[in-house]
Amino acid sequence: MVNPPSIDELFDSASGGDRRALGKLLTMVEQRGDAAAAVSEQAHRSAGRAKVVGVTGAPGAGKSTITGRLAATSGAARPAILAIDPSSPLTGGAILGDRIRMDNHVSSGAFIRSMATRGHPGGLAVAVPDAVRVLDAAGCDPIFVETVGVGQVEVSIAAAADTTVVVVTPGWGDAVQANKAGLLEVADIFVVNKADRPDARGARRDLELMLDLGHRGDWRAPIVLTTAIEGTGIDELWTEIERHTAHLHESGDLNRRRCRRRRDEVTDRIEVGLRDQVQRIISSESGEAALGRVDQHEISPATAAKLLLDALNPNNPCEGT
Amino acid sequence: MSDSSSRDSLLSDTDTPIRVVLAKLGLDGHDRGLKVVARTLRDAGMEVIYLGLRQTTDSIVAACEQEDADVIGLSMHNAGHLTLAPRMVQAVNDAGLDVPVVIGGIVPAEDVPILIDIGVAAVLGPGASAEEVVSAVRSVASRQAAAQ
Repeated sequence: MVNPPSIDELFDSASGGDRRALGKLLTMVEQRGDAAAAVSEQAHRSAGRAKVVGVTGAPGAGKSTITGRLAATSGAARPAILAIDPSSPLTGGAILGDRIRMDNHVSSGAFIRSMATRGHPGGLAVAVPDAVRVLDAAGCDPIFVETVGVGQVEVSIAAAADTTVVVVTPGWGDAVQANKAGLLEVADIFVVNKADRPDARGARRDLELMLDLGHRGDWRAPIVLTTAIEGTGIDELWTEIERHTAHLHESGDLNRRRCRRRRDEVTDRIEVGLRDQVQRIISSESGEAALGRVDQHEISPATAAKLLLDALNPNNPCEGT
Repeated sequence: MSDSSSRDSLLSDTDTPIRVVLAKLGLDGHDRGLKVVARTLRDAGMEVIYLGLRQTTDSIVAACEQEDADVIGLSMHNAGHLTLAPRMVQAVNDAGLDVPVVIGGIVPAEDVPILIDIGVAAVLGPGASAEEVVSAVRSVASRQAAAQ
């Protein structure tokens, strides 16, 4: 067999529009480890050019259809979509079904990649920014990141974008639900999809009311009514996304957001690394021994944890319990 | 078909799940079986990229490239397999992809050797159990991984 292409070669091909090379690079960053680090390193040097749009909302709200339509409406030569679905916590498998809602609208051009959460605690928080970075470095722009808006991690991933779009539907519950889900805080733009249904206006009114109570900074999230399956309202949504982009540039928020995003990512990576270490300690010989003593009621869980933490970091013993 | 040693090595070499693109090619609306297969493969720990109905060879090849898929699974229930399967294999080869094509559905026994001959990696008929489906997909995926 011929030697597999180097990372440089893959980036060259991917930048030239080679879907396969880009697909391989994304697989590498998903796998973690040395290759992922090298790809991430390379990508980071040239990343930061693309507009990143997060799309989140409840299951079945129409996120994939909207995202597919947006990619087409953007008129960009090389839009990309990262569609994230959960892995089964039991088997690690996943059914990634977002493409069926997208392909019909995106006849050409858009690069669509489905990603499963793969069960790593916090793993998504690491894999997604790297995947975005690779798409960016390969010249894709804009990049849409679509996640189901349930759970803090998923919401925060879609929120780690330049512009975050939150999709709701008529009858989804009142604005208290949105508050509970933490979606109100992250939304730069609200979409009420399936606006051909009764009470779309009610859903909008509810959101307006909530926004009247206060919003972050000097940007008030606009509310766009869409019927994505027919394509209604998508032009208006794209216009609002562009208006938000302009606002980010004018206010200097773009740099601030991206700066914060990079800091968050470093923090997330440290956390993931530490969690791996914790797993290693727990399954090590001394970990098993300490757990055994806890089971025998010889030492408390707190003491066991302290012993193991001290072993992990002997120069800097953990203070207190 | 089952090859437990290569299956084990496949799982231990990398903890990346096998990625399978599932689709129906052309005009064929019978997708219930494919949905069952999607669930079966997911429960076996694979990542299923589900394209569903009315795909073209182009859309399947594009999905394989973008998703870096390990296996293509095609469901065929409209007696079009002798026409469509060769086109799929040809499209995969033309794109320079090393992705095995597995056919599932209604395929008469006498057509199976014909399909294998034109480059289909495995054919799964109506009687195939969940285990057979999973082991066939694992087996063609690991053969592919070993060849690379």
